[in-house]
Amino acid sequence: MKGTQIFFYIFVMWLLIIAGGGLVVSIIAHISIQGFGKLDNLIDSIIKAGIALVLVVIWILIMSKIKNWIFHKQISH
Amino acid sequence: MLDRTIIGILISAVAFVTVYAITPSLIKILTKRKMVVKDYNKEVATMVARPGGPSILVGILASELTLYAFFPSNEILAIVITTTLAFLVGFADDRKVLGGWFKPLALAASALPIILLGAYNPHLAFPLFGSVKIPELYLGLIIFIIPVMGNTINSIDVLNGVASGFMTIASFALTICLVIVHHYDIALASLPLGFVSLAFYKYHKVPSKIFPGDSGALTLGAMYGTLSVVGHVEIIAAIALLPAVINSFLFLSSVKRIIEHRQIKANPVVHTEDFKLMASTDKSAPVTLVRLILANGPLTEKQVGFVIFRLALFSAALAIITSFMMEIRI
Repeated sequence: MKGTQIFFYIFVMWLLIIAGGGLVVSIIAHISIQGFGKLDNLIDSIIKAGIALVLVVIWILIMSKIKNWIFHKQISH
Repeated sequence: MLDRTIIGILISAVAFVTVYAITPSLIKILTKRKMVVKDYNKEVATMVARPGGPSILVGILASELTLYAFFPSNEILAIVITTTLAFLVGFADDRKVLGGWFKPLALAASALPIILLGAYNPHLAFPLFGSVKIPELYLGLIIFIIPVMGNTINSIDVLNGVASGFMTIASFALTICLVIVHHYDIALASLPLGFVSLAFYKYHKVPSKIFPGDSGALTLGAMYGTLSVVGHVEIIAAIALLPAVINSFLFLSSVKRIIEHRQIKANPVVHTEDFKLMASTDKSAPVTLVRLILANGPLTEKQVGFVIFRLALFSAALAIITSFMMEIRI
């Protein structure tokens, strides 16, 4: 079938999205920052946003590596 | 439930018939005003009317406002206003090429009605693991999601019929997903997107009589993004768009900066002698979804379109599976 590798790449992306969701819910969601008074919510959000951004960067790097691995032949061609 | 079914049939018919009926007139008007562009993938020089955004918007407004007359809600208002604002951004870009960052910023501003109308729930739902409440972060996500989805659909608008055909598959999948997660009202509001895309596909498919242009692609993408927010199915909606996401990802990771497709110097796709599409061997050309599809050998424009539709169907199936997984907790 044409583009078999692309189907596989989509499937891997899907698995990574589900795994990433698991990380977000089971780790980041439980982080609670206290001791800053009215700024608690804001600081909590900034830290969670920072971790989420790091996760996104890691996700992009993983996808990039997988892309090179799956499409090595095509890209080098 | 019967009421919803009847209204669903009514607004689907309004969406489909409106676009199906007015697009030929729009093609005539655009051609008369010389608002045409060259279709570079045709052996014989062919000029195609552009943009088709106005007929897409009219179809969406007619059907969503009909729905609003029966079931008034802030969610429908948010869909109507955000989609219209995104159309205006795209239409401005169709008429006069906008600066690189202006379009994403203007699209981000188009998302503000969703926040101002309170048509969102600041919980991000994930399959298997539950949801996470992110009140402040969610506002940023709304501002981010509309330009991203708009541009993602715009980036897949590369061959005859691909953007409209792809959106038909993705939006009907989204409707099914919304029903599975019991968001019936938003499922109803999502029906016009699929039927508008389907009616537009009739004129956009190979050989295209009209191109959607930025106004059409951004309208479809922004409405899809708004539906994902007001229907609380952001992750599911992103999964249904994965082939288009991959296209944007491959493009960005090869050019390593945000640029418009028209700024590309080396074309990722070239033509064979019999005018089939063939992957470029130019190493400076960006890697795109179409280029990867063509890596195994030349194909006609129609064949490439069908490979993209098969990928869209695969992603749609994954999105539907994900919707069922929303009910499961581990």
